[in-house]
Amino acid sequence: MKELSLNILDIAQNSIKAGASVISIELEEREKFFSIRITDNGCGMKADFLANVTNPFTTTRTTRKVGLGIPLFKLAAEQTGGSLTITSRHESEHPTDHGTVVTAVFDPTHMDFTPLGDIASTITILIQGSPDIHWIFTHKKENGCVSLDTDELKAVLGDVPLNTFEVIAWIGDYIKEQYFGL
Amino acid sequence: MKSLAELAAIREKMQGKVVLREGSGDIRVVVGMATCGIAAGARPVLSAFVEEINKRVLAGKITVTQTGCIGICQFEPVVEIYEADKEKVTYVKMTPEKAKEVIEKHLVGGKVIEEYTISNI
Repeated sequence: MKELSLNILDIAQNSIKAGASVISIELEEREKFFSIRITDNGCGMKADFLANVTNPFTTTRTTRKVGLGIPLFKLAAEQTGGSLTITSRHESEHPTDHGTVVTAVFDPTHMDFTPLGDIASTITILIQGSPDIHWIFTHKKENGCVSLDTDELKAVLGDVPLNTFEVIAWIGDYIKEQYFGL
Repeated sequence: MKSLAELAAIREKMQGKVVLREGSGDIRVVVGMATCGIAAGARPVLSAFVEEINKRVLAGKITVTQTGCIGICQFEPVVEIYEADKEKVTYVKMTPEKAKEVIEKHLVGGKVIEEYTISNI
């Protein structure tokens, strides 16, 4: 993956597939530290699946026996001296508070740090593909914070769907302008 | 600066169109967005479809959706076009430029661009 924002787009698909109704993507950036956390309230993973989830031969896909999403994300973190951790609570054991948290920590000053890239595109495409999910995005930087909460947008939009083309275009610009304003 | 007031304006505008938008989606554009597709460049392809359809005001006619891996990872980014009463068209190794061309010639013009389809590989 050429950008971490592509990894985020990819990892969030797992949350969508897990049937999540709320997915939050939190980025935090400060001197020599960069973290990405994706939290969902999907079905979660059982302990034995979770134990092997970074193995490329563990996958939920049905067309091939390999899944590279998490291994690639782990590699991107570890090649900077960082790490990837995943915690999960499966719905069979935690009927009311299930879900998964994927956290990747990076050293952004490391020469093998992959740039974040076009995060605005990632967020808009996630919303475009799954407008019924409550998406929460925050990017905390030392000089401010960029954020988007689809529930706030829905409150304004009423019956107009989030994935209306014009709304999607607005969301992309809205995120980009927040970055310019920092 | 973008504001929520602007979003409210979009709402006002769209509400008048709700009747028009029913019966929409004569054409369905499906973009593969699994790890293989994303790594091969599916995100800018999908963005190009969304932006171009918005720009050309084709929203009433075309819907854009995403799917997982369809099993031909080596040909990603893959885009499938579904149209009522027509055979599915599978475009392979797509780029944002090709996406715009597909909208122009195929989705608007009605002519399949054979050289970008999977049958041409």
